[in-house]
Amino acid sequence: MFFTITLYLSLAIFIIGTVYRIWTWFKISVGPDATNFSVRERLSAALKGLIKTLFSRRFFLLLKVLILDVILQVQILKNNFVRWLMHICIFGGFMLLLLMHALDGPVTQTLFSDYASTLNPFFFLRNLFGAMVVLGLSIAVYRRITLKGLRLTTNTVDIYAIVILTVIMISGFLLESMQIISAPIFDEMVMDYADLEDPEEIKPLKIYWAEEYGVCFPDVSDSPPPELFEEGEQLHDESCVDCHSRPDWAFISYPLSRGIKPLAWIINKARADVWLWYVHFLACFIGLAYLPFSKFFHIISSPISLMVNSVTDVTDKIVTDPANMATRRAMELDACTHCGTCTLHCSVAPVFRNMLNSNIFPSEKIISIKALVAGKEVAPEVLQSFQEGSFICTSCYRCTTLCPVGINLQDIWFSSREDLVARGLPEPHVWAKEAGRTKWAAIIKDYDTPLIPDSKHLNLSSQADTFSACFECQTCTNVCPVVANYENPAEVLDMTPHQIMHSLGLGLTGIALGSRMIWDCVTCYLCQEHCPQKVRVTDILYELKNLAYGRLRSAELQDKTEKNADETQVGVT
Amino acid sequence: MKFALFLGCKIPFYLAHYESSSRAVLKTLGVELVDIEFNCCGYPIRNLDFESFLLSAARNLALAERQNINILTPCKCCFGSLKHADYLLRENDSLKDRINSVLQEEGLRWEGRVEAKHLLSVLFHEVGLKTIKAHIKHPYDGLKIAAHYGCHALRPGKIVQFDNPLEPSIFERLVAVTGAESVDWSMRLDCCGNPLWGKNNPLSLDLMRKKLSNASQAGADFLCAACTYCQIQFDTVQEAELIQEGKREEMPSILYPQLLGLAFGLDGKALGIECNKVDISSVQEYLS
Repeated sequence: MFFTITLYLSLAIFIIGTVYRIWTWFKISVGPDATNFSVRERLSAALKGLIKTLFSRRFFLLLKVLILDVILQVQILKNNFVRWLMHICIFGGFMLLLLMHALDGPVTQTLFSDYASTLNPFFFLRNLFGAMVVLGLSIAVYRRITLKGLRLTTNTVDIYAIVILTVIMISGFLLESMQIISAPIFDEMVMDYADLEDPEEIKPLKIYWAEEYGVCFPDVSDSPPPELFEEGEQLHDESCVDCHSRPDWAFISYPLSRGIKPLAWIINKARADVWLWYVHFLACFIGLAYLPFSKFFHIISSPISLMVNSVTDVTDKIVTDPANMATRRAMELDACTHCGTCTLHCSVAPVFRNMLNSNIFPSEKIISIKALVAGKEVAPEVLQSFQEGSFICTSCYRCTTLCPVGINLQDIWFSSREDLVARGLPEPHVWAKEAGRTKWAAIIKDYDTPLIPDSKHLNLSSQADTFSACFECQTCTNVCPVVANYENPAEVLDMTPHQIMHSLGLGLTGIALGSRMIWDCVTCYLCQEHCPQKVRVTDILYELKNLAYGRLRSAELQDKTEKNADETQVGVT
Repeated sequence: MKFALFLGCKIPFYLAHYESSSRAVLKTLGVELVDIEFNCCGYPIRNLDFESFLLSAARNLALAERQNINILTPCKCCFGSLKHADYLLRENDSLKDRINSVLQEEGLRWEGRVEAKHLLSVLFHEVGLKTIKAHIKHPYDGLKIAAHYGCHALRPGKIVQFDNPLEPSIFERLVAVTGAESVDWSMRLDCCGNPLWGKNNPLSLDLMRKKLSNASQAGADFLCAACTYCQIQFDTVQEAELIQEGKREEMPSILYPQLLGLAFGLDGKALGIECNKVDISSVQEYLS
């Protein structure tokens, strides 16, 4: 009863959750163009596309992807053998356990009329499939601990996935090993399958099963008389052997049962096997119910992503229909398994180790995007870090070509950047130039304070000897192609290079930091190369950009946090 | 002769023909290439964070150093960035220690045992004009080229050591060996404008337009580039922003290995002659 109720309850949650998740694919908008379509328009565009694809030659392409990429997971194999082994073990082992063991009634029994869970090959296969999952899980844990990129990005979602599978597998194996040593289960089996009632008659069978099948009886001694053993063997041949394979075929549970043997009396007495059975099936049902909201949702979304992307052809109107593009991006966000492949190969990943902004990592950026498009409240510092990470990406497409579930990540990055621009958070370079122009006066109230030498910079701009040689010949300004581009440079650039050098020489760093010239420098190094006094003009402009960006960012953050605090206070009163 | 090929972030997806043409030409000349999974050279992040730039560049050098192989890059911004980092790490022991302590976490170390070289330097200094000339089967006749140097390969001269930073000649000599004529144009050492593309587009376009006009006035039939960013500017950006918008006539830009490869008699497909946004197929009419 309890079993049936929890099963249907978890199944219902699973179905409702899945439908809800798929529904959001038509609702969520990534990229400004996505908001132009209603849910209905997106649904009908997707349906049209689906029907057109299924009734065209591309159906065979889908079939090919289903076999190669979904079942055999060739995409993962191409990337990394160990990762493929890990995934195929977990996926293959679990799916086979699900079909053969969990669904033994509707599936295995239907296919094999003589099925019994205690008989080979099923008895052995259950352990084999379980062992596959355990091997896969061990590799997963090992990789997440040893690979630095993965360790950094491992989050609660990944940990939940590993923990729930581990609980299911360990409880399964332990349960089987407890069943092996269980005297009460032996008694039940005798009652059900043997025509024996007298305890004296059963005794020989107990002796045989204690010796050969590893059952632990409180009333069977270690060295029984051999004639009783033979008698037991006879009884066994008559009543048991047809339905129960030898326990050592369970090559994991049996050794495990040897290990717990010293505790057998207490396990049997407390019926720990029954308790463990509850743990085992409840863990499975929790896994099922929570599946649509966990990492395991990728069992549904990743194959869809792989197949949709396989038929994506830029020349094709169905797939490039903007309504479908919007849906596709939302679906792809759900298809991400947080496997970390993108991050492990990301071109700009080393930048993280210095800037410590996890939004540089594609696998983490996608989590921020999910939160943003779901309309969650995002703190200013999170938004700022997302903006920075988004634009540090060099759009090299490496993540997109490597994604094992075929997500067009680069397209998502381009779209989310457009969203950022729409929110007034453009590329940091552009943002800083604008912030410098509009807010600098307020920010540099304290501009007379000299810059504190920072170990992170060369400190060219704060060392007097960098400029002492400058005699203001203005060569830097005269060779600058940016200055030459404007009739009135001061109006557009605020200051020209020689003025910046002069200000720095006077210790007026704040003025120099606020000028737009630093952001419009093309870094052509003509000034530095031409300087007769070897002042490192371009390098200094680079350093000023770094310093100004840092100051503007922290000022902006302070500003926003204060504003937020004010608003909360207003709300309270 | 063996190098690790450093493609940088933009070549694989945006300028695949720069890779294919470089590989084709280097193969003909017997230069062997090794592939290493490098990361970004650090050039783009230098605007925001100095040490991130240094770490990115140093990690690449360390990756090559682990295999004890010099780097060859077709991109001048990558080249400049790698050279810059190499110079700074040599100059500054405390920087070196800091960077190495981070690299150490993944078993890498920068000791400065390998060098980064640009495609043109390898062709000019290591392969040599004589060898190149021996492979020319169809020299150009009457073709006028405006060789565009690219700032980050030239300057700061003390750091990159590419050529004379204010009066270079390598590129013109590499053009001359193909039989083409290099025009003398006053803006040959100026910026293409790409560093500000996406940051200040009007300024970026102004700088490009001036250069294109200058090359036209000097009588050039084609620009010739040997840098990823310069080529993206002169080809992709020129096509989308100037030609499509009807703002000026075409000044096509050919990549140097494309120019050289055609003179070698290599297949136009391998050189990606069809891949340029601004059509360069007419260059083949000058082949003898």
